[in-house]
Amino acid sequence: MNQNLVDLIDIRKEFDGEPVLKGISLSIRNREFVTLLGPSGCGKTTTLRIIGGFETPDSGDVLFDGKRLNDVPPYKREVNTVFQRYALFPHLNVAENIAFGLRIRNIHEKDIQRKIQEMLELVGLRGFEKRNTTSLSGGQQQRVAIARALVNQPRVLLLDEPLGALDLKLRKDMQIELKRIQQSTGITFLYVTHDQEEALTMSDRVVVMNHGSIQQVGSPTDIYNEPENAFVADFIGESNIIDGIMLEDCKVCFCGHDFECVDKGFATKEPVDVVIRPEDLRIGFPGDSQLQGVVESIVFKGVHYEMMIRTEHFTFMVHSTAAEPVGKTVGLSVVPFDIHIMKKSMEDNR
Amino acid sequence: MKKFLKDFYLLLIFLFLYAPIVVLMVFSFNNSKSRRLWHGFTTRWYIELFQDADILHSLYVTLLVAILAAALATLIGTAAAIGIHNMRRRTRSVYLAVNNIPMSSSDTIMGVTFMLLFAALHLDKGYLTLLLSHVTFCVPYVVLNVMPKLRQLDRNAYEAALDLGATPYQALWKVILPEIRPGIVTGAIMAFTMSVDDFVVSYFTAGTTSQPLSVVIYSMTRHRMTPKINAVSTILFLFVLVLLIVINMRQVRDEKRRQAQKGGRT
Amino acid sequence: MKKSFAYPYGVWMVIFILAPILLVGVYAFTSGDGHFTLHNFTYLPGYLPVFGRSFWLALISTAVCLLLGYPMAYIMSQLSASRQSLCMMLIMLPMWMNFLLRTYAWMSILENNGFLNQFFRQIGLISFLQTQFAYPLDYIPLINTSGAVVLGMVYNFLPFMVLPIYTVLIKLDSKLIEAAQDLGAPTHLVFRRVIFPLSLPGVISGITMVFVPSVSTFVISQMLGSGKYLLVGDLIDLQFMGGAYNPHLGSAIALVMMLLIFLCMWVMNKFDDGTSEQGGLML
Repeated sequence: MNQNLVDLIDIRKEFDGEPVLKGISLSIRNREFVTLLGPSGCGKTTTLRIIGGFETPDSGDVLFDGKRLNDVPPYKREVNTVFQRYALFPHLNVAENIAFGLRIRNIHEKDIQRKIQEMLELVGLRGFEKRNTTSLSGGQQQRVAIARALVNQPRVLLLDEPLGALDLKLRKDMQIELKRIQQSTGITFLYVTHDQEEALTMSDRVVVMNHGSIQQVGSPTDIYNEPENAFVADFIGESNIIDGIMLEDCKVCFCGHDFECVDKGFATKEPVDVVIRPEDLRIGFPGDSQLQGVVESIVFKGVHYEMMIRTEHFTFMVHSTAAEPVGKTVGLSVVPFDIHIMKKSMEDNR
Repeated sequence: MKKFLKDFYLLLIFLFLYAPIVVLMVFSFNNSKSRRLWHGFTTRWYIELFQDADILHSLYVTLLVAILAAALATLIGTAAAIGIHNMRRRTRSVYLAVNNIPMSSSDTIMGVTFMLLFAALHLDKGYLTLLLSHVTFCVPYVVLNVMPKLRQLDRNAYEAALDLGATPYQALWKVILPEIRPGIVTGAIMAFTMSVDDFVVSYFTAGTTSQPLSVVIYSMTRHRMTPKINAVSTILFLFVLVLLIVINMRQVRDEKRRQAQKGGRT
Repeated sequence: MKKSFAYPYGVWMVIFILAPILLVGVYAFTSGDGHFTLHNFTYLPGYLPVFGRSFWLALISTAVCLLLGYPMAYIMSQLSASRQSLCMMLIMLPMWMNFLLRTYAWMSILENNGFLNQFFRQIGLISFLQTQFAYPLDYIPLINTSGAVVLGMVYNFLPFMVLPIYTVLIKLDSKLIEAAQDLGAPTHLVFRRVIFPLSLPGVISGITMVFVPSVSTFVISQMLGSGKYLLVGDLIDLQFMGGAYNPHLGSAIALVMMLLIFLCMWVMNKFDDGTSEQGGLML
């Protein structure tokens, strides 16, 4: 029994001989909030457009409820999209934009009016039905775009960087709003963004992509705490990524020191990436620490201070609630559990 | 199948547009004055054409007026577009409304109004009246092609130039004009085309010694048409055709080069 | 400060655009010796059939241009960039052959012994008609009909319908079409509900650009209608350049003409506003 709503099986796509998707396989379960996260050009929007039906994959299959969907045109898919710049119809007012899909399906006028009202209620735009879409603010247009897609009760709602054009405060509000709408409607959301914070805040699962392939799939906590490679570690949150050499199981050498760690299964003398989160580095006295370095700069970040501390081999980024003066020599230490060892990736993604 | 139907439709329309032109060109080589019976191939009309002072003079009038009118219209129109762009909304809409009159009113009425105006000013019909009227209906095309380019222009570009020490005139020459040049060029080409193609306005404003080709052709259609006219039109047409092909090929070449560069980078 | 750049053109417009229109008004309301009179307008009721014919033929030409031109513009807008510029070139190019000559060439094609009738004879159409239907003529009358006049108008003004529609269509945001498909609209509904309503500004300006010159042309009717179908343009021509020389009457006709055209355009723009406010409901 297939529990998945959408399955992508080894999707490949090229544009002008340039591979954009290099074999994407992904399953999305019903009622899930899944986010495709990655830098621009990583193929996340193309993936979304393939599910929406605006692009056809060169090879591979798109399954919907277990049925192959490759050659079904967009207008026959139970999927709706919220476009990046909303793509509201300028010749129609708010109510008619929302009603567009309903009118196509010849739904009874009374039901249309009722559904418009429901949707306006849901997205908090009551009383806006007669307004011209071009007179709305970015956030309001955003809400109309969401209402226009949701009113058709799609099985999956695709959102292509929908908050990209909004300012920071509005973006935060809309994140909460979107999560609320997703939970109250129970519709599966597939969300595309390059903003890692957005991805971690809203998603049930995050799919990190780079250079046309999936780097890691997992819950926001997994992705943050257990990045599978240096790219993910670097892209999600801030990281110190240091070249190291695995000496034996649970023992790694970097910055001229040997460290205890918890990772096993690497070959002896294998070159690896060592990842340490800035908040996992402890500042102490030079004498009784594993490393020592000089504070090069310090910036106040609101909750913590961000310091750059230069050691002999590497300049570390350190987050701490206590400030140290620039020029002071300090010690740095890290517990074995916070040292993440990763295989060197085949291509240098940084 | 669908694509075939579309191509076929385009083909039919172009056939419709080009049928009379083909007829004209073919009969410029006809060894007779008949305009529908073929009497063998000849180039004599082309030879006689260059001995016909009247036709050559009218060709000269057409080209002279078109070049002068296009140049003047480009100058006036570009300056006007920049000025209008910087006006407040209300003045701007008045300017644009009046600017639209020549484009949206009929040639016939325009020609008549010019005729009355020149009579009132006691200007005899001649080169000057012809030029003035042509400039008047050409400027709107320049304005309409330059305005969108100005709107696309980053408002800050001009201020940035001033900020970097350019005088207003330097900023105009070095920043604004290069940016809007495509619009100016298109406007100038359209102005030139409109001037060459015009018959109606010229008909009402040209004097007897300054008749452009179109007016000469008109008087011939009422009396006796000579294939020399076909010949001169064919030459003009082929000249423009070659010019456009060269421009088009250069565009295609530039496009290919750009694509090649793009391919090389990634 | 750069506002001043437009002042020379402002002066130019007053002298060469506004003043001449005013002059038409002055001439229309004066007699030959310069006195105010309404006499010129008393002739106009007699010309009612001419006005009616002009507007009717122009209306038909405009409709034909729209029916031929919209698909043309639509197909063009979907071609690859290089083929689009080729088509643009092919549409503009005929303008470089003098329009009188092109119309003149239609005479050779449409005449009783012209190319089309020669062709009909070749394929046996004429003899077929003669034997089967007792057709009395040995040609099909094409020239000197109102159809020929309409053909001349369509031929000359079709590009002015295609170009504005094409310009609007290529600027159409492809995301809007995708959005419509995404919301469940199959191809014909995407066209009816999104593409066509959004291309209306182009259609309106195309209609204007075809209707106005059609309604006031005078050469086409002279050449392809042999003067049998006198149009308002011919009337004006006669009063200013022809034997009936009377610029005062000519001005009166021109003035009424301008007002009628203006009225048509005004109604048209009202119609345009109406559709954009009501949305796609009208379609």
